[in-house]
Amino acid sequence: MLLVTACMVLPPGAAAAQATRAAGAVAARTVAIPAGAYRPLYGADTARVRVPAFRLDRRAVTRGEFLDFVRADSAWRRGRVRPVFAEAGYLAGWPGPLDAGGPADLLRPVTAVSWFAARAYCASRGERLPTTDEWEYAAQASETVRDASRDRAFRDRLIALYAAPAGERTRPGRGFRNVFGVEGMHGGPWEWTEDFNSVLVSADSREAGGTSRHTDFRAVCAYAAIGASDPTDYPAFLRYAVRAALDARTTIDRDGFRCAAHA
Amino acid sequence: MHPAERTTPIVRTLLAAAAGLAVIGCSPTPSATGAAPLAARVPPAVSGEEVATLTAPPLVPPPITRTHPTKVIVNLEVIEKKMRLADGVEYMMWTFGGTVPGSFIRVREGDQVELHLKNAAGNTMPHNIDLHAATGPGGGAKATLTIPGGESVVTFAALNPGLFIYHCATSPVPMHMANGMYGLILVEPKDGLPKVDKEYYVVQSEFYTKGKYGDPGLAVLDMDKGMDERPTYVVFDGSVGALTGAGALKASVGERVRLYVGNAGPNLTSSFHVIGEVFDNVYGEGGSTIAEHNVQTTLIPAGGSAIVEFVTEKPGDYVLVDHAIFRAFNKGALGMLTVTGPDNPQVMNPVKAGLTPAGK
Repeated sequence: MLLVTACMVLPPGAAAAQATRAAGAVAARTVAIPAGAYRPLYGADTARVRVPAFRLDRRAVTRGEFLDFVRADSAWRRGRVRPVFAEAGYLAGWPGPLDAGGPADLLRPVTAVSWFAARAYCASRGERLPTTDEWEYAAQASETVRDASRDRAFRDRLIALYAAPAGERTRPGRGFRNVFGVEGMHGGPWEWTEDFNSVLVSADSREAGGTSRHTDFRAVCAYAAIGASDPTDYPAFLRYAVRAALDARTTIDRDGFRCAAHA
Repeated sequence: MHPAERTTPIVRTLLAAAAGLAVIGCSPTPSATGAAPLAARVPPAVSGEEVATLTAPPLVPPPITRTHPTKVIVNLEVIEKKMRLADGVEYMMWTFGGTVPGSFIRVREGDQVELHLKNAAGNTMPHNIDLHAATGPGGGAKATLTIPGGESVVTFAALNPGLFIYHCATSPVPMHMANGMYGLILVEPKDGLPKVDKEYYVVQSEFYTKGKYGDPGLAVLDMDKGMDERPTYVVFDGSVGALTGAGALKASVGERVRLYVGNAGPNLTSSFHVIGEVFDNVYGEGGSTIAEHNVQTTLIPAGGSAIVEFVTEKPGDYVLVDHAIFRAFNKGALGMLTVTGPDNPQVMNPVKAGLTPAGK
């Protein structure tokens, strides 16, 4: 939409230059994730799921970026947002509705955003939240290999990263840059996904969505390990448990997000 | 554009589904008539309300003097924090109430318990609670999944008297338990337990860490060791030495001592023994009646408990052990009960030390 507006008010040459710059900015901000397959923790069976190519933000969305968003769209400012879209803790760490803190704070991942708000932010960029499949697929990469999910040492690192106190997890630059070029998927805050609540890991971990990835309430009663493709993948269990504990209004100060786009 | 218009129909469906999720239980759907089978117990009517006194180990809340069931409010907060595991060794413990094991809960048979589970705002993980004393899906776990900064509330009837483990059951449950999320809840029988002079709270549990026993610094969880059931530490009340030195349990000669002993596991069965004592009474597996007298060592299953009672006849140090003795000697499963008071040589008397060769 921005580019269309620009075309109307700028001479053709300048518009082209700006479009090129904008495309360049998107390229710098996001990373191309090639198509591939991965094995979800909970699946209809243990078959690998094919994930088409997509683009994913290099880093989690920052407070500074989110500040620009709420400046532009008052409906998502703290104090203005409708309670049905966010709990009272929405952006609670900010000094004011249009004040996200000092220069260092602006570089931190934004947290205490509801799923609705995260989604609206990505939509404002013409993008979307990644699906759980996309997120998990990109997140199984280590610095050197695309699929480190079976690597015990990699799993241990993730558990150690997850165990850090919440304050540490919202420091900029936590975690590592994986082989795709995506940063901080494990060291930073938990991250919203588009379909975070469609994999029904029960609130009781020993029960799980055993037979269906989507809204199969009958499956909520099996032992967690039964429904899991790999019961030794503890980091994945932790991530799925977090997602299961959230609802779309939840705002906690260790939950942020990044956006995705089609390739 | 108004935010509402940005939500897709799928989202609205998911929201509706999420709203429905809360009421869909784990067990097979109750019969359409809604009538409970005749054999089902109906919790008694309660009168009054009180807030449970909770204690940190090794202390136990005072006996209940009430003679009627009441509503008991239990406020439990999950706190993740670095704590001492052994001298020079720390561990990021996940706790119920800031201690490992968690706060001791004491209620009476027939009480209606209203449990408030808070998950401290600074925590990183969602948590919940499964109380083995609670009857119903997940022992309360389904109803209590709580995000950091959140609070959940579940009520349950304390139908069965006994001593019960409670623990976190959030995925992955072995990790939550390996990190310290367990404790004991005592449901006193209607008529109470016989009066004793001292009561203590002891839980045996294992820690699985990278490296060796005693390696200094911040120890981290070793899942492989957990899966292989090879603990680095086996401890009483959450750390090596928690019940020795200044932490030793205390009693006087002639006192009747009752130990509420839990075994949180996560893997091992405990062969619980107190060196130099014989248990006069054992409430086997934490049930409400005395199952056996004159017991040397009692088995406590993972996720189970025992109540043991004995009278202290002679002053001195009595050592609590898991009599799978390498665990005591090399992994930390040692505690101490120090008994003071007048000597009682008829019970035991050292006559001659054999520290020099005979005839010298």
